[in-house]
Amino acid sequence: MNSLYYQKRLSRNIGDKFFTSLSVICALIAILPLIFLVTYILIKGGSQITPELFTLEPNPPGDDLDAGGINPALIGTLIITTIASIIAIPVGVGGGIYLAEYSKGGAFSRFIRFGVNVLAGVPSIIAGVFIYALIVSTKILFGSMYSGLAGGMALSILMLPTVIKTTDEGLKLVPNELRYASLGVGASMYTTILKVTLPSAFRSIATGVVLGIARAAGETAPLIFTALFSYYYITGFGDLFYEMGSLAVLIYNFALEPYDAQNKLAWAASFILVLSILSVNIFSRILASFTEKTKRV
Amino acid sequence: MEEKLTLFKNRKRFGIEKNIDIIFKNTALVLSSFVAIILLGIILVVFFQSFESFSRYGLKFLVTSEWNPVKDEYGAFTAIYGTLVTSFLSLLITIPLGVGTAIFITEDFVPKVFREIIGSFVELLAAIPSVVLGLWAIFVMEPFFRAFFVFLHNFFGWIPLFSTEPTGRNSLLAILILVVMLLPIVTSIARDSLNQVPKKLRNAAYGIGASRWKTIFSVILPAALSGIMAGVLLALGRAMGETMAVTMIIGNSNAFSWSLLSPGYTISSMLANQFGEADGSQVSSLFYAAFVLMILSLVVNIFAQWLVKKFSLKY
Repeated sequence: MNSLYYQKRLSRNIGDKFFTSLSVICALIAILPLIFLVTYILIKGGSQITPELFTLEPNPPGDDLDAGGINPALIGTLIITTIASIIAIPVGVGGGIYLAEYSKGGAFSRFIRFGVNVLAGVPSIIAGVFIYALIVSTKILFGSMYSGLAGGMALSILMLPTVIKTTDEGLKLVPNELRYASLGVGASMYTTILKVTLPSAFRSIATGVVLGIARAAGETAPLIFTALFSYYYITGFGDLFYEMGSLAVLIYNFALEPYDAQNKLAWAASFILVLSILSVNIFSRILASFTEKTKRV
Repeated sequence: MEEKLTLFKNRKRFGIEKNIDIIFKNTALVLSSFVAIILLGIILVVFFQSFESFSRYGLKFLVTSEWNPVKDEYGAFTAIYGTLVTSFLSLLITIPLGVGTAIFITEDFVPKVFREIIGSFVELLAAIPSVVLGLWAIFVMEPFFRAFFVFLHNFFGWIPLFSTEPTGRNSLLAILILVVMLLPIVTSIARDSLNQVPKKLRNAAYGIGASRWKTIFSVILPAALSGIMAGVLLALGRAMGETMAVTMIIGNSNAFSWSLLSPGYTISSMLANQFGEADGSQVSSLFYAAFVLMILSLVVNIFAQWLVKKFSLKY
C-alpha cells in the first residue's frame, strides 16, 4: 500500500530533486548576468543622453572634457545600413523567389541553400577582409579607398543569407492552393508570384528582413577597415565616397580611449544602438505572434 | 459562338507577357546564384591575397609565433592557439549552462508564462551587438572579476593555465564574454530541439515508470541530441569568428603564454587590430591568417549542416 504514495527518501526522487535544482541553478546562472547586462547598459547609457548628443560632432579624444555628440555616427549608421539593404534586399528576395517558386529541389538549388547556410556562418570580419581586398585596396570606386559605400557592401554580405532564407521559408509557407487558383485562372507565373504569393508571405518576409537589418546595424567588424571612422558631419552625397563613422565603430574606438568623456560617449551610443535593436526585435516578435493567431487556411 | 471566340482571342496571352515571364525567372535565377558567386569570391580572393605569404612561409606560418613587421617574420601560432582555446573553453562552459537552461524552459517546473518570458528574453540577448558586450566587459566585467583572478592565481598558480599575475585584460575574460554571447545561441537551439521531441516518447517513458530525470536523460536528450550538437557547432563557428568583444577584452598580445590570465590574441582580433595600418608582406600574412580562420569556420559549419541532415529527427 505504501508504494502508492510519493516517497521522499526513494533514491530516484532524491536524484530528481538534485537534477531539478541543478537545472534551476543553470537557468539562474545563465539569466541573471544577462538581466544585469541589459539593465546596466540601459541605465548607464541612458543617463548620458542629452539633446546635444544628437546634433554635435564628436570632439577628437584628448583632455577636452566636452566630448561633443554622435551625430555623424548616427547618420552614418543609417546610411550604411540603408546601402546594405538596397543591395541585399533585392538580391536576397529574388534569390529566395527562385529557390521557393522555381527550383525543383535539384542539385543547383540544393547547392544554393547549402551556400546560404555556409555564407551565414562566415565570420563577419572575413566579409570586411573580402571587401577590403576587392574595393578598398583596389580603389575601384572612383579612386576612393575607405568609404561608406564599401562599408555598406560589407554589411550587405552579412544580410544576404538572412534575407534569402526568410524569403525562401516565407514563400514555402504559402499554401499551394493559392498558386493553383491563380495559375488556373490564367495568370502567368510572374503575376502569380508578384500578386499572390509574395503579398501573402509579405509579413513573414518583412519580419525576417527587418531583423536582418537590425543585426547588420550593430555589426562592427566588417566596418573597421572598410568604412573606417569619421569625426565630421555628413553633408552631402559626395561623402559616401569618404570615410564614414558609425555607432558601432564609435563604440569600439571610444571604449578603448583612456578618457572618461569618450567612454561616456561610447555608453550613450550603446544605449541608442541597443534600444533601437531591442525595440525592433520586440516589435517584430509581437507582429509575428499576431500573424500566427490570425492566420487561416 | 462568334462572340465566344472573340472573347477567347482577347484573353490570349501576349508575346510580351511570355517574355516578361522568362526574364523574371532568369533574373531570379541569376540573383540566387549571387550567393555562390560571393562565397566562391570570398574564398578565392582571400586565398590569392595570402599567396605571397603562403609561398614564403608555407605551413611553418601555423606553428611559429614570431610576428615582426620590422624583420618581416610572420607566424600566427599564438593567434590560432588563442582562437581555438577561447572558443573551445567557452563552449565547455556554455554547453552545460545552455542545455540546463533549455531543459528548465521546456520542463514544467514553473508556469508556462514565466518560461516563455525567460525563453524570449534569452533570444533577445542574441541581438545585442558584440561591440556593446565588449564595452560592458571592459568597464564592468573586468573590475568585477579582478579579485577572483588574483585568487585563482594565488591558489592555483602552480597550474600553467593560471601561472601569470593577472594585470587587466586577459584570455579568461575573453572566454567569459564569449560564454555570454554563446549562451543565447545554445539555449535557443537546444530548446527548439527539445520541444521537437514528440510528446508520446515522454508519455511512454512515464508510463513504464521512469522518473522525470530518467526520462530526460534516457529518452528526451538522446532524441534531441543531433539538434543540440548542431547548435553547439554553430556556436563554435560563431565563437571562432567573433571579433569585437574578444578584441576589446583579450589584451591583444602576440607573446605566447599557456596562462589564461595573460593577454592573448585570436585570429580575428589580430585582423581587427592590424589590418587598417598594415602594408607590404604583413597584409599578405594577415590574409593568410584570415584564410586559416575561414577554413576553420567553414569546416565547423559544413560539419554542422551534415550532422543536421544525417541525424535529423525522423518521427
